[in-house]
Amino acid sequence: MRTPLRPLPQILRARVEGGNPDLIEAENIRLRHEEMRERARATAAQRIWFLTAAFCLLFAIIGLRMGVLAATQPIEPGIAEARAEIQAQRADIVDRQGRVMATNLVTHALYAHPRDMIDPIGSARALAAIFPDLDADTLARQFTSGRSFVWVRRTLSPEQRQRVHEIGEPGLLFGAREMRLYPNGRIAAHVLGGASFGQEGVDSAEVIGTAGIERALDQRLRDPALLGQPLHLSIDLSVQAALTETLEAGMGLMNAKGAAALVMDVRTGELLAMVSLPDFDPNDRPNPRVTGDPGDSPLFNRALQGVYELGSVMKVFPVAQALELGLVEPRTVMDVKGPIRAGAATVRDHPTTPRVLTVAGIIAKSSNVGTVKLATQIGHGPQEEFLRRLGFFAPVPLELSEAPGARPLVPAKWSDTTAATVAYGHGISANLVHLASAYASLVNGGLRVTPTLLRRDDPALGERLIAPETSARMRGVLRSTVTQGTARQAEVAGYYLGGKTGTAEKPSRGGGYVDDKVVATFAGAFPMTDPRYVLVVSLDEAEDTTGTEARRTAGWTTVPVVQVVLRRIGPLLGVRPEPEPAETVLADYLVLSE
Amino acid sequence: MRTLLILLAGFGVLTLAFWAYRENYATQQALREVKALQREVAALREAIAVNRAEWAYLNRPDRLAELVVANVGELPLFAITPEQFAALSNLPLPSLVPDEGMAAEPGDP
Repeated sequence: MRTPLRPLPQILRARVEGGNPDLIEAENIRLRHEEMRERARATAAQRIWFLTAAFCLLFAIIGLRMGVLAATQPIEPGIAEARAEIQAQRADIVDRQGRVMATNLVTHALYAHPRDMIDPIGSARALAAIFPDLDADTLARQFTSGRSFVWVRRTLSPEQRQRVHEIGEPGLLFGAREMRLYPNGRIAAHVLGGASFGQEGVDSAEVIGTAGIERALDQRLRDPALLGQPLHLSIDLSVQAALTETLEAGMGLMNAKGAAALVMDVRTGELLAMVSLPDFDPNDRPNPRVTGDPGDSPLFNRALQGVYELGSVMKVFPVAQALELGLVEPRTVMDVKGPIRAGAATVRDHPTTPRVLTVAGIIAKSSNVGTVKLATQIGHGPQEEFLRRLGFFAPVPLELSEAPGARPLVPAKWSDTTAATVAYGHGISANLVHLASAYASLVNGGLRVTPTLLRRDDPALGERLIAPETSARMRGVLRSTVTQGTARQAEVAGYYLGGKTGTAEKPSRGGGYVDDKVVATFAGAFPMTDPRYVLVVSLDEAEDTTGTEARRTAGWTTVPVVQVVLRRIGPLLGVRPEPEPAETVLADYLVLSE
Repeated sequence: MRTLLILLAGFGVLTLAFWAYRENYATQQALREVKALQREVAALREAIAVNRAEWAYLNRPDRLAELVVANVGELPLFAITPEQFAALSNLPLPSLVPDEGMAAEPGDP
């Protein structure tokens, strides 16, 4: 209620008392102003609070929005949907120099909606004319059976797609597909393995690895973050191709039913080539056989899955160990007259093997007796331990889906008899990758290497297995096999190849061995002056029929092939033949004692 | 003075509104262009992938070997052999370069 400025009672009283009524009015005006000011102040305070709250809220919203923007990936509008088309759903595989070994192609799958079809019978006939592998009657039955959806073909070429378009049938539809392509055909087929469609939808289908590195590294190849980066293999395509070509020729010449070969870098454990013959085309991977020996299938990777008793190539390990333990020197002369007994086994040599040999000669001439004598001196405990450290007791850690399944077979209990047979490579089964890694360690200065199919740019040397001096002596010993021993036919001037041959009889199904079926292997490294590559070549059931009777030992079958292989791949690997090494680099050991 | 200010402000608002209107349409146009370009990039990427695959297919070792055999008349190409490597000192040339630096080169990959 508004109070009057000049309230009558007060004015009258003031007039009676002789005071100034204006003072009363002034006082009342002052009070009223005070009151108004007070009210205005309250309103202003309220407004300020409201504004503060509004500002705080707005700033909070802006701040939160900025936070959200900062946290999300910077994507331009409109790029998101294009990206799905750009990126392949599986990374490429390239060789060590970046040459494509597996890539993707966009193609189309053909499916039908029979209910939308105008002329199902005519379309079935037209489709059968385009695709000779389709049957017109079967298709017509599918199209008229009342089903609403029928797959016709998984992949189409652009020409086929155009011809299907030209049928003009609205019930035939295309779905986008990505297809795995191996442009090099059967080269490195066993390494790559193969791929096929996984879950299929109308618009897309998963491409999944079915074997080899495609399956072992499936996760990596499909990782969306790594799709743009190709997988670099350690394989060198030209070496792989040359090795395949020469090995195939050698296999034909030596009447072998299969062959396998490896080239490994002695310092990194990278496999520069891995060949298994017969092979297959990964673009059209055959189905695994259900009958017969799976080992005869082209899908079988002899270099990895071929776990065999490797025979005499294993002799280098007891000899290296004897040198390492200081039991003998390469020049030590030994009486290797047989037969001798070791546990339950009787060990004898080939009749033509000399009776007295140096330790280098035991390797060069491949004396069973000499090796067993050295193994007996070592004792079976240390022998087992040494082979274990060389990796012969575990599957090789190679990036192939078949690797964990290729388990080596080792004696369950180590006795004097097993120690003797293992010394010359029987009673222990391993694959060529085991052998190549172990040889790499023997010649590279004595350090462990881990085999791999992925490119490594730096040496990857592991723990020490033998002393550098022992490794140097082994290089000389292995070299003597090629200069004076069983592998003389493998000599290529200037490459200083060294190695060891081995001819192992294949076990027969009923037990025991078949003496006319052998696996002939050569394992070695070059150049022995400063080893860079391990070369392992193995021929299955090879025989040289050029002489009066069939010759099956590795010296006659595998070794000539090794010579051809080395001449071909040595220059490709960039190894320059050295005219003459200094005597100090490579010791020259006499095989026969004077 | 006050009227002038109001007029100026009104004019400013109109200008800004016009500018915003134009920017809006320009942005939409730019987005459409970006989309078209993205599609083109995608198509080109796909074409590159096809060309790379084709290049790898045409350069596969089997085919190159066949071509070498087929064209041996015009282009006598043969596999490289170890005999083709030589030290510089073995060449019948006046020795210009010291052999040291060259010796290691051909051996390195």
